[in-house]
Amino acid sequence: MKSKEPVFHIVKRDDLPLYKVIGIRLIAILLALAVCSLVTILVTKLNPLDVFRAVIKGAFGSTRKTWVTMQNTSVLLLIALAVTPAFKMRFWNVGGEGQVLIGAWAAAACMINLTGKVPEWFLIVAMSVTSIFCGAVWAAIPAFFKAKWNTNDTLFTLMMNYIATQLVACFAIVWENPKGSGTIGIINNATEFGWIHIGNKYLLPILVALVMTIVTYIYLNYTKHGYEIAVVGESERTARYIGIKVDRVMIRTLLLSGGVCGLVGLILVAGVNHTLTTTLAGGRGFTAVMVSWMSHFNPFTMILTSFLLVFLNRGASEIATSFSLNTSFSDILTGIIIFFIIGCEFFIRYSISFRSSARAKEG
Amino acid sequence: MESNNIPIVKMRNITKRFGAKVLANDKVWLDIYPGEILSILGENGSGKTTLMNMLSGIYFPDEGTIEVNGQPVVIRSPKDAFALGIGMVHQHFKLVDVLTAAENIVLGLEEPFDIAASSAKIRDICSRYGFDVNPDQKIYDMSVSQKQTVEIVKVLYRNANILILDEPTAVLTPQETDKLFAVLRNMRSDGKAIVIITHKLHEVEEISDRVAILRKGQFVGDMLTKDTTPGEMTNMMVGHAVKLNIERPDPVNSKPRLEVKDLSVRSPDGILKLDHVSFTLNSGEILGIAGISGCGQKELLEAIAGLQKAESGSIQYVEDDGSLDELLGKDPLEIRQKGVALSFVPEDRLGMGLVANMDLADNMMLRSFRRGHSFLTDRKAPHDLAEHVVHDLEVVTPGISTPVRRLSGGNVQKVLVGREIASAPSILLTAYAVRGLDVNSSYVIYDLLNKQKQNGVGVLYVGEDLDVLLELCDRILVLCGGKVSGIVDGRKAEKMQIGRMMTSLGGEA
Repeated sequence: MKSKEPVFHIVKRDDLPLYKVIGIRLIAILLALAVCSLVTILVTKLNPLDVFRAVIKGAFGSTRKTWVTMQNTSVLLLIALAVTPAFKMRFWNVGGEGQVLIGAWAAAACMINLTGKVPEWFLIVAMSVTSIFCGAVWAAIPAFFKAKWNTNDTLFTLMMNYIATQLVACFAIVWENPKGSGTIGIINNATEFGWIHIGNKYLLPILVALVMTIVTYIYLNYTKHGYEIAVVGESERTARYIGIKVDRVMIRTLLLSGGVCGLVGLILVAGVNHTLTTTLAGGRGFTAVMVSWMSHFNPFTMILTSFLLVFLNRGASEIATSFSLNTSFSDILTGIIIFFIIGCEFFIRYSISFRSSARAKEG
Repeated sequence: MESNNIPIVKMRNITKRFGAKVLANDKVWLDIYPGEILSILGENGSGKTTLMNMLSGIYFPDEGTIEVNGQPVVIRSPKDAFALGIGMVHQHFKLVDVLTAAENIVLGLEEPFDIAASSAKIRDICSRYGFDVNPDQKIYDMSVSQKQTVEIVKVLYRNANILILDEPTAVLTPQETDKLFAVLRNMRSDGKAIVIITHKLHEVEEISDRVAILRKGQFVGDMLTKDTTPGEMTNMMVGHAVKLNIERPDPVNSKPRLEVKDLSVRSPDGILKLDHVSFTLNSGEILGIAGISGCGQKELLEAIAGLQKAESGSIQYVEDDGSLDELLGKDPLEIRQKGVALSFVPEDRLGMGLVANMDLADNMMLRSFRRGHSFLTDRKAPHDLAEHVVHDLEVVTPGISTPVRRLSGGNVQKVLVGREIASAPSILLTAYAVRGLDVNSSYVIYDLLNKQKQNGVGVLYVGEDLDVLLELCDRILVLCGGKVSGIVDGRKAEKMQIGRMMTSLGGEA
């Protein structure tokens, strides 16, 4: 009979002190590196230290690489900041991908159709307005349907991604340059007309991301809007009870969320890639969801989280090239590290108590 | 017949913790005897349900041993419990609405599915103990009391001889309670061990042979019911002597404050929840609303507060100068902005009145955050208000910045009532204001309501405990199936009369 007793059970923790939380995370990262080393040795017979060195080299090996790492971090951070207000409202906006793409599409449309017809300042204003507007509308459509008919936000925002992708695929043919290439190519490559660069060509997203981090933090924590978002997210019924118009807050928040995604689209087209492809967002609309959640919706923590993910990603592709390994191997390493980072959240929220130890204490 | 028996269940040194801080059960001893009805008495949060959940396999104890029929046992799941003949009827029924009674009863059993044979066995159980169940009736067609009967039959069908009922009378009318008790007595004569969890003293006296009392997770003692008094039981339950009378000051300077006329409300699925309800709420009185749960109480309050669309009728607020202000069709914000001070203490405190994960100050802000033209929120005023409420109502909390979910039920209620009263209402709507509160906190709430009444506030009090309604309210409106069954004088009405009015319009049998 005795052997049937459960060996342990899981207990929800009270809030842990910060140093313990950080401690658990550090242990998780060390464990992740240990497992990565083991896998590296077993699978590739390479020295894991060489591999880790390559990861760092991939992210910071040269001035250019450092800038690119920072730029990519900023873009990911911006999308994460964009989806966060929606998530805080418990509106599962997994449509960041499509909202970025549609913003990018709008910017490209302006560049291609207005170049040579208007002054550059006008083009830039027009691009900014239309891309932010398009992103906002793209996100507000599912919000409107949810507010009016309680449609499923996850499915709806997800489906909007595919529409955006197909739309861009269609226009890649309409705007193809040169003819027959099936791609749009670098827009205004010779004149750089309508390109937005501040200082060097990496700085724009970095500066915008820094400003947006602070703005988002204040918006979520200190404004009436932010308070309404928090109440709606925690309890829609309470929100109704105190007279918050839930549908209005929902649409307003998604307009903002989509608007910032649209802005990212503008930055990608006008400031970073100067072209439009269906893979422009590159899955970052989804990665951003992870960034937002892993950071518990705190904009400042998101800086670290998005940096970590970009760092791993850049390091991973470096391993692939310098050791002539398949990119899948670097994906495996990234996967192991993310598994440990997310998995350690469990130990931050719960503790495992063993029945025998409980007995021992009593005795 | 009890004490010289051998206990069928022995629980020894049972301890259960939730997280690091909550000690739900602390080395509890309990014996259960066959052929006996045992009441487990204790305030909310005293660990009654937790203890029984460990016996029925929902939780596993951290420490301690359980013996059934003299054998040490390990109960890891409700299935293990059923194998030992232990069955529990929970407060929230666990039935599938679209299935029939018989289908629900056999659900999960590993026996050949033969609904005819099962129905026959169900009928047999029913006739043996005096239940009234139609095996072919769908659950959604059933009243609360019928659903409860199905739950009990479900347990008996699994050959349970130890039956645990968690607050079985909370949802029943006095008449239904009598019927339930008759059935329980039949089962007792059949030699079954019955445990009922309750916090109502008069039920303990009426039904049980023995009473075991828990306080703050600890076993305080048990005794034969016939040897004890309500006073002694309360003292053991609360830990000190308490007065058991509720004050009822006479209404002063009463005049109509709210006129409800022919109010009809339909639920989203088309069911008529309120059917031409008319009444007047006066200032300076407490008007009680009685009725079986789900009889339109919620819809009535929500309609007045602007949270529920009405089909027809009117709700008019009577200003001090006698002019009328129609509230129907306005949303909660407009009602407030019109200067009509309605304070609504909803039944689901954490689901509707407060935000569980926010701290006290942020919860105070729910009512006031719109004030001022700044884009930013004013954090100072709600912080001050929170400090006031904590001080004035003696809220037990580690601090203003503690999330309200960490507070106990009584303190949560104080925070909510405190905030609503702070807006100086002229009408206070409360739904189940003392649900889940211990004796002391309940009296604090009654005092608060009485104070509001003496300040000239019209108080609408939806309650479930008829004894409290009869002691606290000046008038009691009885709802029956969404209709007004009658309005009675709280000082003169009889409990059985109200019980009859709850089940049939006007109280005719």
